[in-house]
Amino acid sequence: MSLDFLVVLAQWPMLLKGLALTVLLTAIAAPVGSGLGIACAWARLHGPSWLRVLVGSYVELIRNTPFIIQLFFIFFGLPALGVKLSAETASILAMVLNLGAYACEIVRAGIESTPPGQIEAAKSLALNRWQIFFRVVLPPSLARVWPALVSQIIIVMLGSAVCGQISTEEISYAANLISSRTFRSMESYILVTLVYLGFAVLLRQTLNWAGPRFIFGR
Amino acid sequence: MACNLPKEGVFINFPESPAIMKFKFATALTGLLAGLALLTSVPAQADDSLSAVMAKKSISLGIATDFPPYGFMGPDFKPQGLDVAVAQLIADKLGVKAEMTPVSTPNRIPYLQTRKIDLIVSALGKNAERAKVIDFSVAYAPFYQAIFGPKSLSIKSYQDLSGKSIAVTRGTIQDDILQQVAPPTLKIQRFEDDSATVAAFVSQQTQLLATGAAVAGVAIQKNPQVQAEYKLLLKDSPNFIGARQGEKALLDKVNEILRQAKADGTLNSYAQRWLGRGLGDLPE
Repeated sequence: MSLDFLVVLAQWPMLLKGLALTVLLTAIAAPVGSGLGIACAWARLHGPSWLRVLVGSYVELIRNTPFIIQLFFIFFGLPALGVKLSAETASILAMVLNLGAYACEIVRAGIESTPPGQIEAAKSLALNRWQIFFRVVLPPSLARVWPALVSQIIIVMLGSAVCGQISTEEISYAANLISSRTFRSMESYILVTLVYLGFAVLLRQTLNWAGPRFIFGR
Repeated sequence: MACNLPKEGVFINFPESPAIMKFKFATALTGLLAGLALLTSVPAQADDSLSAVMAKKSISLGIATDFPPYGFMGPDFKPQGLDVAVAQLIADKLGVKAEMTPVSTPNRIPYLQTRKIDLIVSALGKNAERAKVIDFSVAYAPFYQAIFGPKSLSIKSYQDLSGKSIAVTRGTIQDDILQQVAPPTLKIQRFEDDSATVAAFVSQQTQLLATGAAVAGVAIQKNPQVQAEYKLLLKDSPNFIGARQGEKALLDKVNEILRQAKADGTLNSYAQRWLGRGLGDLPE
C-alpha cells in the first residue's frame, strides 16, 4: 500500500482554513465554557435552592447525553422553536454548554476542597462574600483542579471534530472532504491526526504556562 | 474359499452381445442429438409473449411502493406515482387488466426472470450488467439529481444560486456537479448522509437542497410546510421498462405504446404532474 501525502497536502489551503476554524472554536469555547462552569459551581454551592435545581438539571442533562446529540438538537431542533443558528454558532454554543457542565463539576470539586480555615481567616479580615470567593477560594481551587480542567478543555477541543457533521468547516470536515475527492482516506486522516495531536500538546503547554501566570498565581 | 466378489460400490461391467451394444449406442446418440436440438431450437414462446398476455387478459407489472414520486402508497392505500401511471397506461393500451405487484430493487429482476411479473416499471435504470439478463424498452421518464427549494425562491439558472445556501451530501454526484457549476458565492453545506442533508433543508438551516429525485420526493411529501419544489436540473439518468430477454413481441408493443405516448404528450403530462418538470431529452 503506497501512501501519497502530496495529493492531500496539495489541498493545504482547505486544511489551513479548517485548522483556523478549529482554533477559533476552541479559543471562544474554552474561556466562555470555563466561565460558565465557574458560575454554575458557585450557583450549586451558594445559590438559592431553585437555582441549585436548575443548574443541577442542566449539568446532569449535558453530562449524561452524547455531544453529537446536543449538537444536532441545537442545529436541527431549535429552528422548530424559531431559533435558527448558523453552523458555526451552533457549534460554539454546543461546545460552551458541554464544557460548562463538566467544568462546573470540576471547579466545584476544587472549591469544596478549600480548607475551612481559609474562609474563616478571610471572614476575620472582614472580606465580603465576593472578595472571599474571587480572591481567597477560587484561585487556589483552580490551581488544584487545573490539570483536570485543562484535560476537559482538550476533550472539548477534540470534540469539535464532531461539528463537521453539521457542515462546520473545521479541520475534520476538511479531511473528510479531501478524502472523498481524492480517495486518499488513509493519508487525509493520518495528517489530521497529527494536526490534532500537535494542537492538543500545544494547547496543554500553553494553558499550563498561562494558568499560574495569569489566573491563580504561582 | 476367498471371496472373489468385488467390494460394494464398484461398477461391474458385464460383457454384452454386439447387438445389444449397438442398440444402446444408437439410443444414446439419438438422445444426445435430441437434447442438442432442444437446446439450439428457437423457443416458439418468444413471440408468444404478447399473445400470452392477451390470452390471460391481464399483465403483471412490477412497481415500487416506497419510492415517491415514482411509486408510492397513497392515503387510500392504492399505489400511485409516475411509474404506476405509465404501468396503467400500458395495460390500458393493451386492453388487459393491470396487476400491480410491489417489487423492491433487489428482487425486481429475479421476479421478472421467474415470471412473477411480466414487466418492470419501477425507476429502473439501464446499465451494461442488467442488459446482460433483461431487455430494456425506450426511456419513459427522467430520473435525476436536482436542486430543490421553496416556492418563494426563484432559481432559473446556476447564476441565481449566488448568495444562497444549499445542503448536499458529501461525495455524491450532486456534490461533484455543484462544485463545477455553482457560483463562488453559493454557500455549500455538506453533510455526511442523506438524512442529515434533508434535515438541514427541512429545518431551514439552508435555503436549497441538492439531491436525487426520490429522496427529494420523500422529503417534500413528508414536509409540506417547507413548500419545496423542483428548481434546477443537475444530472439526468432516465427510467426504462424491463422485460424478459427474448420477449421481443411484448417489448416491441410496449415501445410502440411509449413512443405514441411521448408523441401525443401523455408522458410529458405525467412528468409535469409527478415531477414538476418536463420530459427533457429522453434517449431511446
